This record gives sequence, structure tokens and C-alpha cells, in this order.
Amino acid sequence: MRRLFKSKDYWIPLMMLATLFFVFMPLLALSVIGMLANTAMAQQLAGIVDSIPVDVSRSLPVDDPAAQAAYLIAVYMLAPIAIIVPLTISVAVASNAIVGERERGTGEFLAHSPLTMKEIYFGKLLASLVPGYLITIVGFSLYSLVVNLTVGPKVGGWFFPTSGWILLIILVIPPVIAIAIALVLRMSARMRSAAAAQQASSLVSLPIIIVSYALTVRVISAPGPSAFLIGAIAWAIALFLAMRGAGKMKRERLLGVATET
Amino acid sequence: MDSAIRFGTVSKTFGSVRAVESLTFAAPAGAVTVLLGPNGAGKTTTVRLTTGALVADRGDIEVLGLHPKVNGDEVRRRVGIVPPKPAFYDQLTGWDNLRFAARIFESDEGAALDAAERFSIQDALLQEVGGYSTGMRTRLALARAVIHDPEVLLLDEPTAGLDPESSRSVLELIRELAGRGRTIVLCTHLLHEAEGIADQLVLMNNGHAQAAGAPQALAGRYLAEPIVLLDAENREAFGALDLEEGVVSVSWNGSVQVTLDDLNRLPDLVIRLVNGGARLTRVEPVGATLEQLYFEMQRAHRGEMP
Repeated sequence: MRRLFKSKDYWIPLMMLATLFFVFMPLLALSVIGMLANTAMAQQLAGIVDSIPVDVSRSLPVDDPAAQAAYLIAVYMLAPIAIIVPLTISVAVASNAIVGERERGTGEFLAHSPLTMKEIYFGKLLASLVPGYLITIVGFSLYSLVVNLTVGPKVGGWFFPTSGWILLIILVIPPVIAIAIALVLRMSARMRSAAAAQQASSLVSLPIIIVSYALTVRVISAPGPSAFLIGAIAWAIALFLAMRGAGKMKRERLLGVATET
Repeated sequence: MDSAIRFGTVSKTFGSVRAVESLTFAAPAGAVTVLLGPNGAGKTTTVRLTTGALVADRGDIEVLGLHPKVNGDEVRRRVGIVPPKPAFYDQLTGWDNLRFAARIFESDEGAALDAAERFSIQDALLQEVGGYSTGMRTRLALARAVIHDPEVLLLDEPTAGLDPESSRSVLELIRELAGRGRTIVLCTHLLHEAEGIADQLVLMNNGHAQAAGAPQALAGRYLAEPIVLLDAENREAFGALDLEEGVVSVSWNGSVQVTLDDLNRLPDLVIRLVNGGARLTRVEPVGATLEQLYFEMQRAHRGEMP
């Protein structure tokens, strides 16, 4: 992890990605909505508010359609950023985790070290999870600030994060990232090059993003027992995949000489 | 002498490639064993099997009385290794890399600093390893390998890519470690590197050991006719030398060059010459070079007669 954070080539693009998704895009979207307050577009937004589920519409704090639209966008529409950013970052790190050690030759040192394969595997898993989750926490804080500063005055004060978002960030995001990492690490161990591992990992991360988007919306819109259930199931799957991945890891993979498929 | 490492008919295959085939040898404890062979002979695979980084398909391996397949973590805790082309986390400093290794091997930072000082790399520890020369990387690799004071040190082509001066100093460091009673296994295809350092030679080719033993014993086995240089104040005492028992031939080249059928005959020959009145000034067995021995062994295993 120390190596990752010392590599500007690595963390500058990731910081840019996080800033784009957590700050600039929300700022732009919410500012535009604010400027449309008294236009015909605002009336169309009111139509959107009418079409949303009752549970969600009941949670809207004010009657002003433009403020409601801004609230909707801030709380519900931009929710996927909470999952896209950490997944992109963690998957990028994980895809290079094993094959990268092999390509650099540092895998040889690890293979001859007294570390168990479980320790190496979980070390890689944590080193992939922490940067993504850390950036999510920082980005989420900035996002909260942007949302409260742009939408807060229209809805009667600072309102973000909602309970759904807090559950999402604490309970759901970590296991969802861990699931993606567990799958990508297995690919990273099997691929012959880092480039191939990155390509393959995008195939894994895409369906996970789609599924987790649905989960995200569900957790935010109904932050009750079902959110806890989703979180618990996600943790269970993540633990199962991680334990299985650790068990399947072979020391030979670090040397790049494993012959079994 | 007890064996620190013992391979018994060990085989390892990668797909259709037989990297090691029925390999049998023993590395005595506290001695330098040199695995000598051309590229592709199976030396690196042997090292990897020793630590349990690779698992043998067949055969039995014992390291310090442990089986790497079963007690791999314990074996790796007691073994140090310098791989060919040692790799590091190049964006980190030498010190970061050593500290990381110290943590993995449960050593303290003092041990890391001692290791760096022993291999004279302490002045470069705060530089990023990416900027190190090949010699500096090798020194750092040696320091990293001994950070936990291993009982066995495996050195796989440790002088590859080094200039002669650095190469020589690395070999001196290996001698020093051997002098401290460590078991050392040195893999090399460079004959001059093994010369004078090997207590035990294992000649490898195509994944198996063609011959193993002390260099002198191997010389006795493969170089059938040892040569001894003799000289005396009264050279006329050598007049009937070619009639002495065990003498194959005698030639004069500054001093007297005697070819014996067995080097063990030399003490008796000297006694007879002295008793016959020879005032000897020189009795020098001409040691066969490792190069002679290597090619003689290779020739013998190809079935060619010398």
C-alpha cells in the first residue's frame, strides 16, 4: 500500500476520478437545478416528483418542485457514484496485485517468505480495499458538503447524509468492494500480464456495478431492516469469496510457474 | 557431517517440461555447496523446491530436518534467499524495503541496519531502490537475505550482471558467511565463481545431479591421473623416478612433473625418494582446476572417454 501511495502515476488519476464524481459532477448538476427554479423545466421536474414511489416522495422535505428535484438528485440520482468510484479504484489496484508482484519479480521474495498464503491474500485484499474505501470516505464527506451547501438552503437546512446513505457507506459499500476484489484477485493470480488482468477485471466489475446500483437505490430509499439484510448478505458473500480465494491461492502463482488452470 | 538439505529422487514438471528429474543430493551443514550447471539445468527450480515455494511432484525433500511441503513456513523462516535478478519495490527506499523484510521475518530494525552495514549499503538506504546500480541491488538483496540470521542461505546466480570487482566482493562476503558456520548453497554456471569456494559440488544437467561430492573427491574420480611437481637440490636423485611404483610418466619442465596413477601414492613416493638420498625442495600436487573437472565430468556423462 505504501508503494501505491508513493506512486503519483497511481493516485493522481484516482484522486481526479474521485473529485470529478464526488465534487464537480454533483456541483454542476445541483447548480443547474438551482438555476432552473422558476422555469418551465422546473414544472417538468415536478412531474418527475409525481412519478416517484410514495415512500420516496413522502421523504421530500418541502413542496417547492425545484427544491424537491434537487433533493431527489442529491439523495437518490447521484447514489451510484458512491459505488462506482470505490469499485473503479479498488478493482484497478486488485487487478495488478498478484500479477504485478510477478511482473516486478517481487513475488519471488514473497513466495520464499514465511508469510502464509492466507496472509498474502488478505494483505492484497486489504491493500486493494483500503484505498478505494478511503477515497470514498473523503469523497463522501466532500459530497455531503457540496449537497448541503447547494441544496440545504432550499430545503430548510443541512440534511445530508441521510440515514440511507450512512447505512450504504458503512454497511453495504465495503462488502460490495470486497466481493469485486475477491473475484479480481483470483483473475490477477491467473493472468499472464497486468494488462490482461485489467481487461478481464473490467468484465467482472461491470455486472457488479449494475447489481450494486440496484442495491444502492434500494438501501437509500428504504433504510430499514431490508437495508441491514442486504448488508448482511453482501458481507456473507464477501467473506465466502475471500476465504475461498485465500484457500485457492498457490505460492507458485507468485513465481509465475503454476501450470494448473 | 549432517546434511542441512537433502533431496531424494525429487522430480518437478511444468506442463511437458521436466525441470527436475530424480534429483538426489545432500548439502552438508556448515559447508558451501555449489550447484553447477548450464542454464536450464534445474538449479533455480531446486532452490524454489528447497523453500517450498514450489512443491515437488515426486520424491522427498528435507531442509534442517523439516519437510518444506508440510512445514514450509518454518523452513522459510530459517532460510534466506538471494534470487537471480533480485527485485524490490523500486519506488520505496532501500530502508523501506529492508524494514518490510524485517517485519515479515519478525526481525527488528536493528537487524535490518546491521545487515545493511555488513554489506556496505547503509549509505544508500535513503535512496529509492529504482536508482540503485546492479551491484547495489545485489548488496541490498544479500542484506535482505540475512536479516533474520538464517541457518541456510540459498544464492541463485548472485553475481549475475555484476562487474568483476563487485562480483569478487560478493564472493568474499559469501566466504565470510560460510566462515560463520552458515550452510550455503550457491547456484552458478560460472566455473571461476565456484573455484575455491565449494566444499561440495553438485553437477547438474537436464534436471538431475550428474555427480556430487567434494571437489577433491570428484577430481580423484574424474581426473584419473594426478600430477605432482617435484624438485630437489640434487636432481640426479630423480634418475630412476619413472621406475617407482605408481608413477605413470615423468617429464622435465623447469621442475620434474610426475604423473601418478593415484594421488594417495605421493606420501610413500616422497619417503622413498628421501630415503634414497633426494634433498627435496618442492612437492606440489597440481590441483585440477574446476574447469578441467567440469568438462571432464560432462565428457564422462556423455559417455566419451578422455
